[in-house]
Amino acid sequence: MMSEREPVLEARGITKRFGHVLGLDDVDVEVHAGEVLAIIGDNGAGKSTLIKCLTGALVPDSGQLYVDGTPVEFRRPQDAQAHGIETVYQSLAVVPALDIARNMYLGREERLPGFLGSVLRMTDRKGMRVRAKERIDALGIRTIQDPEVSVESLSGGQRQAVAVARAAAFGSKVVVLDEPTAALGVRESAQVLELIKRLRGEGLGVVLISHNMPHVWEVADRIHVQRLGRRAAVITPESHTMTDGVALMTGAAG
Amino acid sequence: MSQFTSAISSTQKPGPAQSVQRLLHRHPALSPAVILVIIVVAFTIANPRFSNPQTLSLLLQQTAVIAALAVGQTLIILTAGIDLSVGAAAILASLVMAEVSAGMGMPGWLALVVGGVIGLVAGAVNGALVTRLSLPPFIVTLATLSVFTAIALLASGAKSTSAKDMPALLSWTGVTFSVGGFSITTGVLIVLALYAVVAFALNRTAWGTHVYAVGGDAEAARLSGIRVSRVTMSVYLVAGVTYAVAAWVLIGRAGAATPNGIVDGNLQSITAVVIGGTSLFGGRGGIGGTLLGALIVQSLTVGLSLAGVDAQYRLLAVGVLVLFAVALDQWIRKAR
Repeated sequence: MMSEREPVLEARGITKRFGHVLGLDDVDVEVHAGEVLAIIGDNGAGKSTLIKCLTGALVPDSGQLYVDGTPVEFRRPQDAQAHGIETVYQSLAVVPALDIARNMYLGREERLPGFLGSVLRMTDRKGMRVRAKERIDALGIRTIQDPEVSVESLSGGQRQAVAVARAAAFGSKVVVLDEPTAALGVRESAQVLELIKRLRGEGLGVVLISHNMPHVWEVADRIHVQRLGRRAAVITPESHTMTDGVALMTGAAG
Repeated sequence: MSQFTSAISSTQKPGPAQSVQRLLHRHPALSPAVILVIIVVAFTIANPRFSNPQTLSLLLQQTAVIAALAVGQTLIILTAGIDLSVGAAAILASLVMAEVSAGMGMPGWLALVVGGVIGLVAGAVNGALVTRLSLPPFIVTLATLSVFTAIALLASGAKSTSAKDMPALLSWTGVTFSVGGFSITTGVLIVLALYAVVAFALNRTAWGTHVYAVGGDAEAARLSGIRVSRVTMSVYLVAGVTYAVAAWVLIGRAGAATPNGIVDGNLQSITAVVIGGTSLFGGRGGIGGTLLGALIVQSLTVGLSLAGVDAQYRLLAVGVLVLFAVALDQWIRKAR
């Protein structure tokens, strides 16, 4: 653990409007290295909007983001990626018709060295395939063998694994996961939770958005409760029970 | 150690139908290749003259213009768009090239540059309307089909210009030379070169992957950091250039620039793309299949007439092939 725990990713006073609707109202978030921060909240509480603002998918109307204490501005997902912040969207953001390797390197393809890469702009297809496989193996994902298989031929759990592997491969500071277990069965969910613990063990900050209280209470170190566009509370699995958490979410408590 | 150990359906052995499905899924040009081979063999059996070098040479020359248009069409369809204005844009470019050279005395190379700019502008107009105003490509190009046609007719006074009145460079695409019994035109070589360049860009560069990604799932592409409208715009611009190339090849082939040169170029190019195995839903297919598709359509025309079949059956055969190709695409897209 860090001595003076400066957040690896911090947001202050994030506000985002959609027309007349106030999606986020002056929200603060801190994510530390080596911790799992869960974000819970009822539908429409602003969870997805919040993580989109943290990851460059949306630009907040006001508020400030900090990475390792330095002010930053994310105008596109790639800005966040450049700071080591990777996202696994609920939609997974994978292109079904493309193969696993192309999906893992989508938007950051590696070029061949020398003339072929710099002038002809040829991508290093073989190298990317090999490295994609290495990264999948490094995470202990054994159901994926061939990185040339198209993503649409994979099961839901396998697709999730590809998206997580992509985030873990490129995220050097924070990995954000939006409802990673929502579409999965019991067994596949357990595997994703194991993967989350592994990312934390490697010293990454993990942000987990989930509706599933048992999953949150199993892996989270801290829990950010989002309600009506605001941060209602920050609790821990030790300080509050799931029932307390749900009460905070729905406004029945506090 | 955490392990993704579940092996849901991934260890099952695929049946023979599934294997074919997967193979076609990975290699979209395979089915048009098989169809073309079958057609060539069948027509050769019906009339051996079909395989003569002369017949095949003519077939290549006749395919060249539509094949060039189909390059741009393929790129646009890969982004889940469609371009109904291809023929009109090519006619516009050819008539303007004729007008500025034969009418205004511009040298050939400058007229070619002007033609290229016309193609680019036509592509830019379509691309801007699609990306900036988020209008459906079908509607945009339906409108520009009329607009380009009108401008072409107004600019040329609705009259044709013979290639004889133009600089030699503009009809250079019609120059033939012999290669082992085949008579090839420079236009055919230019179109083949166009295919080679676009195939390289699609398969070997990040831009190509992004074109597939934008057509396959635009939101996933955006979240992966791809600038979707920029990629889409680039596709319409490249398509514009291919229409100018088609216009150049058309002048050489027809020996003239005429207002009714390839009025149905839009439908013919879409037919070639679809028979070539590119999905109208975007994100799936390839440029190689399109060349095969264009050759298939032309082979049907030539082969059926050589076999002494009424020319109207060609339309029937093309229609059946399109239906077959679309049905095959639906089946392949279900591949697991």
